[in-house]
Amino acid sequence: MFSIITDHWATLCAGLGYTLMASLIALVGSLVIGTAFALMEISHRKWVRLIGRAYVELIRNIPLLVITMAFFVIVPMFIVKVDGFTAGTIGLTIYTSAFIAETVRAGIESVAVGQMEGARSVGMSYTQAMVHIVFPQAIKIVIPPLGNQFINLVKNSSVLAFVAGFDLMYQAKIIANLTFDTFDTYLAVGVFYLVLTMPLSYLMRYLEKKWVTA
Amino acid sequence: MKLFKQTLAMVVALGLAAVLTACGQDAASRDALAHAKEVNTIVWGVKADTRLFGLMNVKTGKIQGFDVDMARALTKQILGPSAEATLVQVTSDTRVPMLKGGNLDTVIATMTVTPERQKVLDFSDPYFNAGQSLLVKKGSPIKTVADLKAGTKVIGVQGSNSVDNVQKAAPKTTVLQLSDYAQAFTALKSGQGDALTTDNGILYGMSKQDPNYVVVGGTFTKEPYGIAMNKGQTALRLAINQALKELKASGAYTRLVNKWFGDIPGFDAKEVE
Repeated sequence: MFSIITDHWATLCAGLGYTLMASLIALVGSLVIGTAFALMEISHRKWVRLIGRAYVELIRNIPLLVITMAFFVIVPMFIVKVDGFTAGTIGLTIYTSAFIAETVRAGIESVAVGQMEGARSVGMSYTQAMVHIVFPQAIKIVIPPLGNQFINLVKNSSVLAFVAGFDLMYQAKIIANLTFDTFDTYLAVGVFYLVLTMPLSYLMRYLEKKWVTA
Repeated sequence: MKLFKQTLAMVVALGLAAVLTACGQDAASRDALAHAKEVNTIVWGVKADTRLFGLMNVKTGKIQGFDVDMARALTKQILGPSAEATLVQVTSDTRVPMLKGGNLDTVIATMTVTPERQKVLDFSDPYFNAGQSLLVKKGSPIKTVADLKAGTKVIGVQGSNSVDNVQKAAPKTTVLQLSDYAQAFTALKSGQGDALTTDNGILYGMSKQDPNYVVVGGTFTKEPYGIAMNKGQTALRLAINQALKELKASGAYTRLVNKWFGDIPGFDAKEVE
């Protein structure tokens, strides 16, 4: 296994870079989109709720690979040229955003209704009450499941390998085919994924401790 | 304590993995021919994504193609008329690991004999002489491998040596590797690349399926296809070579070549034999 890592260090590092970049873009993107749809799902307007609900149900029930292939194959045919990396990252962002929307919605709904009512009764607007009263409480509840989603996201980024996105998994397949040492290669790549997910895991635990107990 | 638990979990996982590979190696190192005679079948790895060689017929669920017919004919030639070939789907990506893991006796899946592969596998005599070529959309400015300059994108398939070959023949082109031929052809159709490269036999199959795409530029490599098996399976290798000779002598081989490739324009049956 160590010879795989030393012999193909540059290739693996290039893959790590693409995986890291795709993960970071998808993490930020899915958090923004996911939170937006979570707010839509709890809106007072029925049609806004419906749109939010439809998006989440549609996206989270389709396999990630299907969403990604749609961006890789169908979008370039009819709309705009996107390469494998872009298609993979967009697919990953959209797929994860549905799960984040559900997580954030559950967090907001778990804050007692009285909190919102109380805030409104002292003259806060809906937005003010959300930002100052409900959100700070919801975030504490949401942090642990959100951490799960982020870790899943990093691992799911391996979908890029199927659309020639140059990520870790893509490089792993190439190395495995060069060396025919499939098992050791995937073991080495597993270690590279750990390098990405372990710090993320500890960061989420740190945030949990800091915010939940505060 | 936590660290200890984590370490323990990792050790258990690694141990499990080691055991699993060890099991696989056992199956891979037993005498495949003797075992095949015992169970009256040979387990072949064949393609299911490659028109003309091995393609899944979605209506019947059966895999059809030249490789598949060869596997059937060779099985009967080696084990006798009552024997049936067992067909297992492989891709360029999975055929070597599956063979090494002991899931297959042999692989007949458009596999070129190369020195690198001969280091880890044994091959029969070549049963089909292909050559690498390019598939492009009709009217494409790319006519030969020399037109693959910087900025062009070529689609290949992971695990096939055609990727290395095209990188050598056209070092400035960008190579995109996809996981199977169906996906690679889809990617070419959706404009992800300017050309698709692999062996001409496979490309003819794609061109037959969609005549808007044509094979151009002749062949730029020689690709003798061999039947692969694990190292040390000498009895099986000799039996396959003998059966191959018999099939060629009886004319059954030529019949199969003509069945699959006879109607392809520009195809020369003598070239592949």
